[in-house]
Amino acid sequence: MPHKTFLAFIWPSLLAMILFIAIPIFSVAYQSLFIQHEQVLVTTETCSPFGCKKQVTVDAAEMRRLREEQPMGRYNGLGTYTNSSHLAFDDINEIFRTSQNFGEIRDKIMNLPFYKALIFTLSYTFIVTPLVIVFGFIVAVVVNSLPSLFKGPVIFFSLLPMIVTPLVGALVLYWMIDSRGIIGAALQALFGDPNLSLKASPTLTWVTLFAYGVWHSSPFAFVVFYAGLQTVPADTLESAMVDGANRWERIRFVTLPYLMPLVTFIALMQLMDNFRVFEPIIGFSAAASATSLSYLIYSDLRASDSPLFGSAAATSLLTIIGVIILLMPVLRRNWREFNRKS
Amino acid sequence: MPIPSQRKPLPLAVLSIGFVLIWLVAAAFPFLWTVWGSFKAEGDFFSRADWMNAITGPVTRMQNDGSAFTFDGYHGAWVVKEFWRAALNISIVTFFVVIISLTLGTLGGYALARSGYRYTFWLLIVALVFRAMPHVTLVSGYLLPFFQLNIWGYLPTTIIVLVAINQPFTLWMLHSFFLSIPKDLDESAMVDGCTRFQAFRLAVIPVMWPGVVTTGLFSFLLAYNDFTVTSMLLAQENTTMIPKISSFLGSTQEEGKVMYAVAAVVSAIVPLFVLIMFFQRQIVSGLTAGAVKG
Amino acid sequence: MKFTFKSTVAACALIASSGASWADCGIESGSVRILSNDFEALHAVADAAATCASATVEVTANATEEHKNLQVPALTSNPATYTVAVVASNSILPLLNDDLIRPLDDYVAKWGGQLQENQLIRIDGKIMAIAFMANAQHLFYRKDILEANGIAVPTTYAEMMAAAQKLHDAGVMDTPIASSYMPGWNLAAEFVNSYLSTGNEFFVPGTAELAINNADGLAVLETMKAMTGYMYSDWATYDANSQKPVWEAGEIALAINWGSRAGAFIGDESSAPDIAAQTALAAAPAMSEGGLPSAALWWDGFTIAKNISDEDAEASFRAMMVGVSPEMMAKHADAAVWLIKGYEPTPAAVGVIADVDQGARPYPMVPYMGLLHTALGDNLIEYLQGKESAEQAMADITAAYNAAATEAGYLK
Repeated sequence: MPHKTFLAFIWPSLLAMILFIAIPIFSVAYQSLFIQHEQVLVTTETCSPFGCKKQVTVDAAEMRRLREEQPMGRYNGLGTYTNSSHLAFDDINEIFRTSQNFGEIRDKIMNLPFYKALIFTLSYTFIVTPLVIVFGFIVAVVVNSLPSLFKGPVIFFSLLPMIVTPLVGALVLYWMIDSRGIIGAALQALFGDPNLSLKASPTLTWVTLFAYGVWHSSPFAFVVFYAGLQTVPADTLESAMVDGANRWERIRFVTLPYLMPLVTFIALMQLMDNFRVFEPIIGFSAAASATSLSYLIYSDLRASDSPLFGSAAATSLLTIIGVIILLMPVLRRNWREFNRKS
Repeated sequence: MPIPSQRKPLPLAVLSIGFVLIWLVAAAFPFLWTVWGSFKAEGDFFSRADWMNAITGPVTRMQNDGSAFTFDGYHGAWVVKEFWRAALNISIVTFFVVIISLTLGTLGGYALARSGYRYTFWLLIVALVFRAMPHVTLVSGYLLPFFQLNIWGYLPTTIIVLVAINQPFTLWMLHSFFLSIPKDLDESAMVDGCTRFQAFRLAVIPVMWPGVVTTGLFSFLLAYNDFTVTSMLLAQENTTMIPKISSFLGSTQEEGKVMYAVAAVVSAIVPLFVLIMFFQRQIVSGLTAGAVKG
Repeated sequence: MKFTFKSTVAACALIASSGASWADCGIESGSVRILSNDFEALHAVADAAATCASATVEVTANATEEHKNLQVPALTSNPATYTVAVVASNSILPLLNDDLIRPLDDYVAKWGGQLQENQLIRIDGKIMAIAFMANAQHLFYRKDILEANGIAVPTTYAEMMAAAQKLHDAGVMDTPIASSYMPGWNLAAEFVNSYLSTGNEFFVPGTAELAINNADGLAVLETMKAMTGYMYSDWATYDANSQKPVWEAGEIALAINWGSRAGAFIGDESSAPDIAAQTALAAAPAMSEGGLPSAALWWDGFTIAKNISDEDAEASFRAMMVGVSPEMMAKHADAAVWLIKGYEPTPAAVGVIADVDQGARPYPMVPYMGLLHTALGDNLIEYLQGKESAEQAMADITAAYNAAATEAGYLK
């Protein structure tokens, strides 16, 4: 396709992405290299309904002048990236210097907020993604073989976990898995342990979050696979059957290769979405046992009384870098395919 | 497509039916439980004493002169808290997000699938990287410019932001679908003298519906379920359903109206039922069209 | 054009919902645009202010839980999108730091006759905000159960835990205590409450240097950990919302919760009226015998934006005077613990008043308090779960706070 035609087709989409994603990403990246001006502090008397007190306040007029001179603040290079709330290079050096054995090193690194969040994020990504793909595929194949009368309702109910908003889906589920809720009580009866609580133990909280992730995302894989299955040409399947291929062989050698681009697509999207896992942590009040990179960003930007834009920007860019590393294998595969085709 | 001439062996049929049933229970039970519970009082649905209260409803009976069902949640959400306003706003937002996303996305996705140049690959990669950006960071960056331009708080702004944020996903998905449509289809049309756009319109559009409908479903869900963008970019009178529902949940300052939230969620699902029935027919019919030609 | 349209709709909605007649506020013209949090008491204030709307005065309100994240960019733009920002002890600080709100002395002198001296928030001698309500956490207890077991109302954490132990041993309740220990804002608030009770300072005076790593800080940590022993095993998921169903199920007898929630605990609409009738309120327990209550006192008030015309600022102040008038309060006496002239405490306000009477300290209004709050919220939980030592927790808090304070320019 000539460049001009290509551009004619793609420009609206490109423009939207440049304006609302590319420019913000660059400004965020730029901002992450700066920290705020040194605050000019003065001690003055502050009075509230509960009495007066000598307290520190910021000299706002002086700060305004400083900001007008240098709107971005002080240049800090990669200082924010390497401080103890992010990659914590100094702390890690210190840990290696002072620790006796591997176990101690591991425990101390796991205590650093960034690495603690990273471990959960990676575990979530690598456990939930494959399960979602396999589960979604099986559901799609089975639903596809149902009589058409049942397909509509089955598809509708299958999509529910994805449709019900995570916010409220988690609210209801959260109550159901409470030790007094229907699922929690059922599990207690099942395992014969009256003190079993999915919310109390860190391990069980992780398992709950993983299970929720699979439950919530499987419909996505299911719908994509289901739509893809509709495009598998019937004559290829028929000729495979004539050649004596059994059911499994037909799936393995005809359907799967045909759906491979979709598998790649789902893997890409799921790796990425799962790497940014956030909503279930809030929905299940799970921050005691599990924090993710997105949770750190949220904590810096939204939960905090005084937002830390630089810190959030650094974590966001580290998230993007993490996603790129994660997607490398899939992208390499895509690149080879792409070259083969063109 | 299943091939009707071949019957399943019995064990496999039992296995697959069993699997579907288990999956359906897992997928639908929490929802059905919510529907049932939306007609109960909070003390029952969220009863700590005994979860059976959610079924029998002693508090509901006590508060409603013996009736085990109440419409208080629905009345509170729709009438007292004016949930209809949020429902109206979300219909506007989702409608335009889906239409604009799909228009931009089909054009872009088609170009990406048909152009053989290397830069298309890199464009797709860059789009992916764009998608990796956590939304909460993006939205925080929008606030100041939007306030300065005086475009903060309005539906069109939010619609465009949602379209843009969802564009990488839409492009990737439609690009994958267009790749599975044989190239000969539009190329033969061009040999017959069509321009690229005519070929797209006459040869490709008629067979692209399964992909477009599926992508549209996801655009719809993104807009419908979005909280991060809508809660930060819309003023109170323009707010959509999810931030509204979230405002029912309470804070340190105020007791939540949890049953309003539950009733609102159930009401929000009803229109989706119709939509998905339609969507399911579209996939199948679009499919047949594609299969005949392919 | 569009803006006017939007505003008119909102104003109409406000007027319709308040059902009040148009008041004559004496404002000639101007635009009043209120940004506030989303709860009942603030709706009452905004609705009352909206009665000042007329052909030449427009009054709009945006009540949203995201107000904290919106206020800085909204007031930074020129002209500011909102003329009035309703804030609390903590959320006024970003506005002060960025110089986004104007001094109110002249307005108070001209139109603030109804205000009491303690409503005026003065920073460096200038009035920067007008407070109109207060809030604090305090003790909720079950009268019947404490009486039946011969337990006096606890005034310290030690007594509270002894009471819990007694109830546990008597087989009355397994885990009689509840408090908001969910990591993040809630858990940090509990630490701040208890640390305030020790009388110690959070920072080295005059600087942003952290000073909680001392015997008092460690004592607070130990007390908090000991408290978890008397809480249900899910304690790490409890916020202000989670306590009420457990309370109504009769599974706890002693709880620390917000004064703003007391109304719902003791009210007639509770789904367990028998328990509600036996629920009583008292000051928060102290860290040690005779100490201050473990509660931070909070105020809510309003500020006026700097980047607006003087006409709008005047209109805004005068409309807000109607918003926080004694007449408004008389109609909504139950909605909050008001600081407005003529307020008579309601039964639900007893706990907060007790905190104030016993000398509870205010939430520290220093610019870097928010950074410490976040650092506390993220780093206490592992110690409470028994995964690390108190010293390690203190070290983690210090590291997180120092990193944040350096980035924000408070520390070098």
